[in-house]
Amino acid sequence: MTAARRASVLTPLVLAGCLYVLMLVHRPGVAGAPGPLFWGLVVALWLASIVALSGLSNLRLKSRPADRLASLAVPILFGAFLFFLWEVIVVGAGVPSVLMPAPSAIARRFAASMPVLRDDFIQTFVKSVLTGYAMGCGAGFVVAILADRVPFLRRGLLPLGNFVSALPVIGIAPIMVMWFGFDWPSKAAVVVVMTFFPMLVNTVAGLTAAGRIERDLMQSYAAGYWTTLLKLRLPVALPFIFNALKINSTLALIGAIVAEFFGTPTVGMGFRISIEVARMSLDMVWAEIALAAIAGSAFYGAVALIERGATFWHPSYRT
Amino acid sequence: MTTEAAAIPGLKARRASFRPWEGNTLPVLVIVLAIVGLWYAAALAMNWRGTADAFERAGEARSAPEIALATMGQERPMLPAPHQIVFELKKTVIDTPTTSRRSLVYHAWVTLSSTLVGFGLGTALGIVLAVLVVHVKTLERSLMPWVISSQTIPILAIAPIIIVVLGSIGVTGLLPKSIISAYLCFFPITIGMVKGLNSPDPMQRDLMRTYSASQAQTLWRLRLPASLPYLFAGLKVAVAISLVGAIVGELPTGAQAGLGARLLAGSYYGQTIQIWAALFGAAILASLLVATVGLVERLVNRSMGARTA
Amino acid sequence: MVVPMRASTEPAPRAVAGAPVVDIKGLSLTYEAADGPVYALSNVDLQIAEGEFVSFIGPSGCGKTTLLRVVADLEQPSGGHIRVNGVSPNEARLRRDYGFIFQAPALYPWRTIRRNVELPLEIFGISKAERRERSARQLELVNLKGFENKFPWQLSGGMQQRASIARALSFDPKLLLMDEPFGALDEIVRDHLNEQLLRLWDKTGKTVLFVTHSIPEAVFLSTKIVVMSPRPGRIIDIIDASSLGRMRDLDIRETPEFLQIAHRVREGLRAGHSYDD
Repeated sequence: MTAARRASVLTPLVLAGCLYVLMLVHRPGVAGAPGPLFWGLVVALWLASIVALSGLSNLRLKSRPADRLASLAVPILFGAFLFFLWEVIVVGAGVPSVLMPAPSAIARRFAASMPVLRDDFIQTFVKSVLTGYAMGCGAGFVVAILADRVPFLRRGLLPLGNFVSALPVIGIAPIMVMWFGFDWPSKAAVVVVMTFFPMLVNTVAGLTAAGRIERDLMQSYAAGYWTTLLKLRLPVALPFIFNALKINSTLALIGAIVAEFFGTPTVGMGFRISIEVARMSLDMVWAEIALAAIAGSAFYGAVALIERGATFWHPSYRT
Repeated sequence: MTTEAAAIPGLKARRASFRPWEGNTLPVLVIVLAIVGLWYAAALAMNWRGTADAFERAGEARSAPEIALATMGQERPMLPAPHQIVFELKKTVIDTPTTSRRSLVYHAWVTLSSTLVGFGLGTALGIVLAVLVVHVKTLERSLMPWVISSQTIPILAIAPIIIVVLGSIGVTGLLPKSIISAYLCFFPITIGMVKGLNSPDPMQRDLMRTYSASQAQTLWRLRLPASLPYLFAGLKVAVAISLVGAIVGELPTGAQAGLGARLLAGSYYGQTIQIWAALFGAAILASLLVATVGLVERLVNRSMGARTA
Repeated sequence: MVVPMRASTEPAPRAVAGAPVVDIKGLSLTYEAADGPVYALSNVDLQIAEGEFVSFIGPSGCGKTTLLRVVADLEQPSGGHIRVNGVSPNEARLRRDYGFIFQAPALYPWRTIRRNVELPLEIFGISKAERRERSARQLELVNLKGFENKFPWQLSGGMQQRASIARALSFDPKLLLMDEPFGALDEIVRDHLNEQLLRLWDKTGKTVLFVTHSIPEAVFLSTKIVVMSPRPGRIIDIIDASSLGRMRDLDIRETPEFLQIAHRVREGLRAGHSYDD
């Protein structure tokens, strides 16, 4: 109980303190040259936040929604505090922006560069990533079904697929640029190759996941290959397939961005990162990374959401 | 990067219904041969135009079979024939002294060294973090969600910043690349280890409680041994992406040495054979690294009495 | 944490003569579930004397396992009085007064049988030579001599459970807490292990608390049978079975006396609505 009381008292106090320090640090007299009192305050806030967070995370609330909320609040507050420290240290100590821009500077840059970011997003995400992802995952799935139908193919492809999954496939980017030109098709091609093998391997593994008894049951109904596939083996394979879809959502974005390091037209997230790094305008690079992070987690989140709907019966979702 | 099947390891007797390596030599061989065959066909088709044009520009009239033969020996083909890559590998690996900048072994070593340093750093960091997360509830609830969700972010995009920022404060060479590798590979290790350290079932944990064992005793005698299969699954993923991190880390500075630099230089000058050779070099390196981790895993498993599946 | 270590030669501190080994008065345990409180244990009174073999029987949800886990300090009661060897369960656990045997063998798969049996001894900081000596003695006691260097998966289920009994006996606790130890084994193996367990109990003079859901098993093994019932978890009947004697063989199960006690157990279960849906 004391932990709960401590947390409920300290959390608002720490929040208020952080806001006050944030206002303080941006004053002309303070930014770049704050006194020891200022740093003392920051350290005190840090210690207080540790106590508050540990109080919050040991909280046991009676009602379910409140408990959910508390367990959601802990990481959010923790993350917010890390950003607060980043801001205060960078602004307070006057770290040059070519080394590390403050979050506020990055946010300003993000807001000011919306048109550029939008174009980069369309070029990299909508054109390269989504096209490549759809083609790569689709091809992986079709070949997996094919391999399932022809056991010889499966026994040959599966070890190769596992092998290729561990390779630095990203290295084919320069070749794809040579074959398909500077524009997005070459990036999409890299994404196709990167996403193909995880999909193949996971789908094949998923198709073997149905249990003996369930398969015997289908056999006792004299169900054919396609009926068994549709009614039993594909549903059982869904968690595996979604696992590949989730892995691939991250891989696709990485592939498209890194492939742009090897040459692009003058648009794209990877292009922007490499060009702005060379110009030392790091706030733009960070804005671009923030965009990539948002796009990446939204993509992953969307796939995970669909998975939840499609495999609600799986033990990992039952409560 | 990892398959579901590989991510759920078990020392416990799980009957393996999924054995990809059993009796697969023949199918694999057939498919590899088919790929090589397709490759030659593709090389013929893709290089035809360039070869024919070259003869035309030189004013030489050649018959189709002659052109076909010549597609296999272009200096800068669209797609080099497999034997050209093999010869390039032989030339740059065996025929060139390893100290030379033209030697692929030299470049592979540059990449390998930063990979290994980064892998070591990342593994140590990942394990320590996992042990902390398992024991400190506050960390588990505040830090773990960030570690997990950062898996969904294309972290590799951050590589150029690390290289350039560290370069501007005078840190260059092996270390920045290693930091990228370490940064990439600690996530799967932490996530795997946390899962592994929490894997002992309630009965096994209650047993320790009935002995009133200390946290340290429970860690050493129960949690760590139980987590090893998960650790190795994480290590296999980590070593592969550690190599990717080192290669990508060589790109932004237009680095002078390393497999990534070879790829970049090859793409600048249209040296397709060099690119493919570097690519195969990277593939061989990756498979050696993963195989080494797998070998260590096998040795450890054997000493821990795992059933030989 | 300071844990008083018992020297190996010194006898375990016995309960004061006449005082019960386990003394429970008005014990209750309630926990909050999504749809209201669950009364796992309600107003339980029980005294167990030294050297007794006490079985707890009842349908699932009657709190028999929970009661055993309260004695072992693996669950905290929400009210009432409980003493184990004259001290609180927590103190009893800290001075390693009891050995617990679970539903499954819970052997560590990366340790050989010998090193599994030695696990508690390692934790208690006992020297290697003595660990060897004790594990050898216990493994012989449960007829596992010759299997020291095997790994758990190389043994049958019954042998694994015997190894876990050897592990519980290795540090010579006066009290054995057994939570449906043979529930997962087939009946033939179970009969065999029951006989062995009786012999072991007779030879070592331990006090045994034994949770089971098998009526014949409870009657065959016990000097005292505690019949329990769910919603709320409570004791319905305590049946004395010491008239069957200490050493029994399997044939005893056909005697009228045995059947009479088994009948009384069944009556108790019926009275507690254990056979209702």
